[in-house]
Amino acid sequence: MNQRKLWDLLPRFTPILAVLLALLVGAIMLIALGTNPWIAYEALFVGAFGSTNALADTIVKATPLLFVGLGICIAFRGGVLNIGGEGQLVAGAVAATAVALAVPTLPGWLIILVSLFAGMLAGGIWGGLAGFLKAQFHVNEILSTIMLNYIAVFGMNYLLRGPMMDPLQAKLGSFIPQTARLPRAADLPRLIPTRLHLGAAIAVVLAVAVYILLWRTTIGFRIRTVGKNMRAALGAGINVKGYMVLSLLLAGALAGLGGAVEVLGLHHRMFTDGSAFGFTGSAGFNGIVAALFGQLHPIGTIPASFLLGALLTGANKMQRVVQIPSALFGALNGLIVLLVVGSEIIRRRQARRIDREPKAVKMASKVKDE
Amino acid sequence: MIGSILIGILSSGIRLATPYLYASIGETFGQLSGVLNLGVDGIMLMGAYAAFFTVVKTGNLALGLMAAMVTGALLGLLMAFISVTMKAEQGISGIGLYLFGLGMSELLFKKTLGAVQTVNGFPALHIPGLSRIPVLGQIFFQHNLLVYIAFALVPLAWFVLNKTPFGLRLRAVGQNPQAADSLGINVNRMRYGTVILGGLLSGVAGASLSIALLNVFQQNLTNGMGFIAVALVYFGGWRPRGLLIGALLFSMVNALQLWVQVRGINIPSDFALMMPYVITILVLAAMAKRRVHAPAALNVPFERGES
Repeated sequence: MNQRKLWDLLPRFTPILAVLLALLVGAIMLIALGTNPWIAYEALFVGAFGSTNALADTIVKATPLLFVGLGICIAFRGGVLNIGGEGQLVAGAVAATAVALAVPTLPGWLIILVSLFAGMLAGGIWGGLAGFLKAQFHVNEILSTIMLNYIAVFGMNYLLRGPMMDPLQAKLGSFIPQTARLPRAADLPRLIPTRLHLGAAIAVVLAVAVYILLWRTTIGFRIRTVGKNMRAALGAGINVKGYMVLSLLLAGALAGLGGAVEVLGLHHRMFTDGSAFGFTGSAGFNGIVAALFGQLHPIGTIPASFLLGALLTGANKMQRVVQIPSALFGALNGLIVLLVVGSEIIRRRQARRIDREPKAVKMASKVKDE
Repeated sequence: MIGSILIGILSSGIRLATPYLYASIGETFGQLSGVLNLGVDGIMLMGAYAAFFTVVKTGNLALGLMAAMVTGALLGLLMAFISVTMKAEQGISGIGLYLFGLGMSELLFKKTLGAVQTVNGFPALHIPGLSRIPVLGQIFFQHNLLVYIAFALVPLAWFVLNKTPFGLRLRAVGQNPQAADSLGINVNRMRYGTVILGGLLSGVAGASLSIALLNVFQQNLTNGMGFIAVALVYFGGWRPRGLLIGALLFSMVNALQLWVQVRGINIPSDFALMMPYVITILVLAAMAKRRVHAPAALNVPFERGES
């Protein structure tokens, strides 16, 4: 009986176990590369939590992951896969920058508001477009979101090398593809005297809002019904196509807002290295990791983003101390995803067994695949 | 003048189709059996690294190619285990595999080789006779071995998929695994086989970049080519001929872009670069009308006794 209980609890802890296992694999790799894993992991820990500044940087790093991750929660619960976080971040950031630069004379709070809204809108359009293509033309959203990522990046490159380029760059002849600095009045307020800005707080509030949306409103119930059982949703007269579009639109809007927050809170201008990575740092992908790690629950995604933010921030420190490229943690993030989705089967089997138990307890003991 | 420029662009366009062809042909086999492997880009990066590392250390091109194939096949095995045996959501596990390959190849490259260097890759093979034909010879018959093999794989894949019992069984597994199972086809073995084959070819796709076309390795060398290869499978409607058209579309634009870049011509080339992606979306949207459908069981794990 006791054993049975432990087994029942296992699925709740699979993300934690996945991280521990990934760190173990990381340790083995560190040893193979001739580095003492204790020293490396100590540097990681200190780099992520060792000082107020380190902790602030961790939260700053976690913020875009949380924005994207919240969107992923909605999309995945709604039965659509959003791989477009990168493009939606970029679209939101470019739109927010363009708006903030266009209205420099407005009061700061108003610039911030319209600029954040523009980012949300652009991201929402970018995500909603994939939803529309799926609903109207059956275009697989995995593919369309990936294609839209590239389209957003090329659009950004065009704008930053052309119409939106800092006039100063053209004057100096250096032609660095970046915009002018946004009006200082539009900087998101700092929470404490570090790099930590209001964006983190916005993200946490939104996490609660997404929870309420998904589990306490009719719209959320319908989104989840479409995701869980499309036939049942159709049978119940739910506008399945509409809700697919809505899920992707909301996911895009959250990521777009995340991009806008990155600009207003952290960079204060838009820049490109030619790829999405330069601006997003792969937050569009790592946000998926965060959401999965948070078991696709918006509240769970908060600590999950924090932990991933810590890994990414600590990895930079570790790179300096033991000369192990921070790419190690990119690889480990991938491993975490594989372990988490690979172990889903345990949870599903349990869910099925629990479904069966009330019907005939006897049957449960006979189920073969335990 | 214009003629020689055109020949140059077309010839390099043919060459650049190579990685797309290997990766998307491999992916087609996997998808026809019902497995979507979204991790192609990660496998390509690992294959590119393995080949490059081997060639730097041994100077042996065949060994390098073999290293890429083994690496790709092993990662394919991993993907097959997670999506077939563990029945995981394939889109997400593919992203996991991508992130893993992206990080791992960069880590290994920086720790084992470090500085950017070049290798002597597969040399151009001028086909006797044919390469002497004016214009056509220059465009089609002065490439390296991996380019020829990639193009030869297109009709070969068509033949295997359409004219052999294996191809028929493969489609059955992807369209209706329950029926295939009842006919005694081992669904899971079929899926393992095709996903491993897909991984192997993705490894070769990576090697074609690092030891035949570019002859360098750097972090994120593929820059998302693997994702495009996956999209090309849909674009081509799961048919080798369609893959060929799609691969050439992307590679020709790449070639054009490369030419513009080398010349330092300052035109907003971003829109040209954007075009293949826009066209891909439009083609995918148009396919709904053409009634080209994905394998019915694509992305659906197989469970015996369920229907």
